[in-house]
Amino acid sequence: MPVPAAARQLIRYLPVLPAVLLLLVFLAGPVFWAFNASFTNAGLTGRSARDPSWVGLDNYQRLLADPVFPLSLLLTVVFVAGSAVVGQNLLGLVLALLMRRARPVVSSVVGTTVVAAWVLPEIVAAFAAYAYFSRDGTLNQLLGVLGLGGQDWLYAFPMVAIMLANVWRGTAFSMLVYRAALHDVPAEVTEAAQMDGAHGWQRLAFITLPMIRGSITTNLMLVTLQTLAVFTLVWVMTAGGPANASTTLPVLAYLEAFKFGDIGYGTAVASVLILIGAAFGLVYVRLLKDARP
Amino acid sequence: MRCRALKTMSLIAAAAVVLTACSPGDPGDAAKTLKVAYQKTDSFTAVDTMLQAAKQEFEAANQGVSVELQPIQANDDDYGTKLALALRSPSTAPDVFYEDTFKVRSDVDAGYLLKLDSHLEGWEDWDKFDDGAKAAGRADDGGTYAVPLGTDTRAIWYNKKVFTNAGISVPWEPRSWQDILDTARKIKANDPGVVPFNMYAGKGTGEGTVMQGFYELLYGTGSELYDEEAGKWVVGSAGFTDSLAFLKTLYDEQLAVSPAEALDANIWKKVFGEWFPNAKLGATVEGSYAPSFWQEGGSYEWPGYEQDMGVAPFPTRDGQDPGAVSMSGGWTLAVGAGTKDPDLAFNFLTTALNEKNSLAFTVESSQIAVRQDVAADPGYLDGNPFVKEVSELVSVTRYRPATSDYPRISAAVQEATEAVITGSRSPEEAAADYDVAVTEIVGSDKTVRK
Repeated sequence: MPVPAAARQLIRYLPVLPAVLLLLVFLAGPVFWAFNASFTNAGLTGRSARDPSWVGLDNYQRLLADPVFPLSLLLTVVFVAGSAVVGQNLLGLVLALLMRRARPVVSSVVGTTVVAAWVLPEIVAAFAAYAYFSRDGTLNQLLGVLGLGGQDWLYAFPMVAIMLANVWRGTAFSMLVYRAALHDVPAEVTEAAQMDGAHGWQRLAFITLPMIRGSITTNLMLVTLQTLAVFTLVWVMTAGGPANASTTLPVLAYLEAFKFGDIGYGTAVASVLILIGAAFGLVYVRLLKDARP
Repeated sequence: MRCRALKTMSLIAAAAVVLTACSPGDPGDAAKTLKVAYQKTDSFTAVDTMLQAAKQEFEAANQGVSVELQPIQANDDDYGTKLALALRSPSTAPDVFYEDTFKVRSDVDAGYLLKLDSHLEGWEDWDKFDDGAKAAGRADDGGTYAVPLGTDTRAIWYNKKVFTNAGISVPWEPRSWQDILDTARKIKANDPGVVPFNMYAGKGTGEGTVMQGFYELLYGTGSELYDEEAGKWVVGSAGFTDSLAFLKTLYDEQLAVSPAEALDANIWKKVFGEWFPNAKLGATVEGSYAPSFWQEGGSYEWPGYEQDMGVAPFPTRDGQDPGAVSMSGGWTLAVGAGTKDPDLAFNFLTTALNEKNSLAFTVESSQIAVRQDVAADPGYLDGNPFVKEVSELVSVTRYRPATSDYPRISAAVQEATEAVITGSRSPEEAAADYDVAVTEIVGSDKTVRK
């Protein structure tokens, strides 16, 4: 007996049902909860923990008046732009391009080294970076051997330190994406360009890059969103200090919600972070659509 | 082949369904399990030792009851957060837990703690607790919600070797802030490689900054943080600025550690583990529990600490009455408001805090006893050579204003100290920033200018 068309249509969606349910429960649920909590004065303890009340936009108004918020927003932008969009993305691309021309031994050694940082669990990578940059750390010991004076990196240049750490940890991802993308660029096209007399950088700018545009956009989107959410690395290395000099939005949200027990305000910060992430996501998805012929 | 794979999969699925159906266990069992949450770290195991002993004793006395110990590995701040999160949901809330005295009031407000008055009436040991200590477990409604484990005081700990090397006679008894600066400068002049007098500052050391540092200064000027009677926070006080100025002098003249070292959250480990034992630090303000790190079984065992270390009360600014300042905190045991069997939970609490267990805990963690029978026990008095001196400070000690706003206010104070020692703000500017921050936190109707 033939199944009616409508039912068949429904049955088609059956296999994705578990995935959709899981997403709803574990992704949409918490996001909705956070949005909801950001309009209340929910607290970790005190009277507002028992029966939080609806405060409307109070938390967001407070956010706009909070001197730490613009600073935190700026630091987040600097962190994402510096360590993800420029750092990881560009370094990953350069590595992938160079590895194409390098000898197989060099290429695999470099590849393994870069990927090694990426396979470390975030907390381990964070401790490694802390041990490297801290006062008695590896970097200062190396500088000491060279006869150069040490610096207290995490104190004097906290943002530089966490950005370098994030580049170190995340570049492997971009490198892998670009290696795969470059692999798919047909050799004939490049050769044809070469025949036409295009130099190395011209081939890169006019042939290779346009052909991997889709991968570039996808990669940018993924590293941006990943870096926006980085918490452990910053928390372990500087905990947002000194004097808020490295308090990115995730750290600010954590501090407000859990250190000061103000869950309503903390979730308001988190909601802003979600909105920023969503905005980036939309832009990239848009670009991705245009990138397809 | 494919058919077999399908069969295997469906069997696994069926097994999974059956297993999930079973796992919640039967409610009869659950009622007989007591969950006990507490803090345990590499360097702090005294509560663990005490509760392990109590568990054995209690399970032997109550057949069929099992005590499930849930140690939380975290520092004080994170422990408080994790505990509060666990208390939010009935399915994770512990029946009995280790609770910081300064969180009691706000956690009572949140409805996390069970009122113990009716239970305490029937517990004969309750009369043996100090009245002052009993107050630590009392909430705004006058009811008692937590039973104190011990308390502590803060004083100056100094290294006698460093002092005698610099030609300063011991025992050292500073009478004013000026005495401290004079002595510190002398030590510095004698050996620039030694940190003469450190006081914690900045957000890195968290509550340590205010409890072992700023409040000793502030309360020694006659100013206050909080006006208890009016229920208002004090802003614009000269004492606040003076205290910041004192910190500035210490850090500017390099009598304390470098600002970068001060902001490291782990600095206290160096104080106890490296600098004092190696005679690299002259003196610092620390808790009465300091010997617990150095005594046998402590995290930084130091066989000669009894001879090398001395303790002195922290003086008021100009030596005005009462001559010394100290701060007290301490921890309690409390019963969760949602416990299924309050009597059983309270019984466990009394077992954990009986004379034997209290004594062992007090000695191991170098606490100040809150039970009179423990205080009179020779085992307590001989616990370390400093017990008598630090216990006497109870007469001048102060407690933190433990309202729900306190954690934020404390953070604002820490920020002010950080701004001053790093030189980003002058003491006057930092004090003004603090006033603005406090007003924003509690509202201007809850502040008072003094």
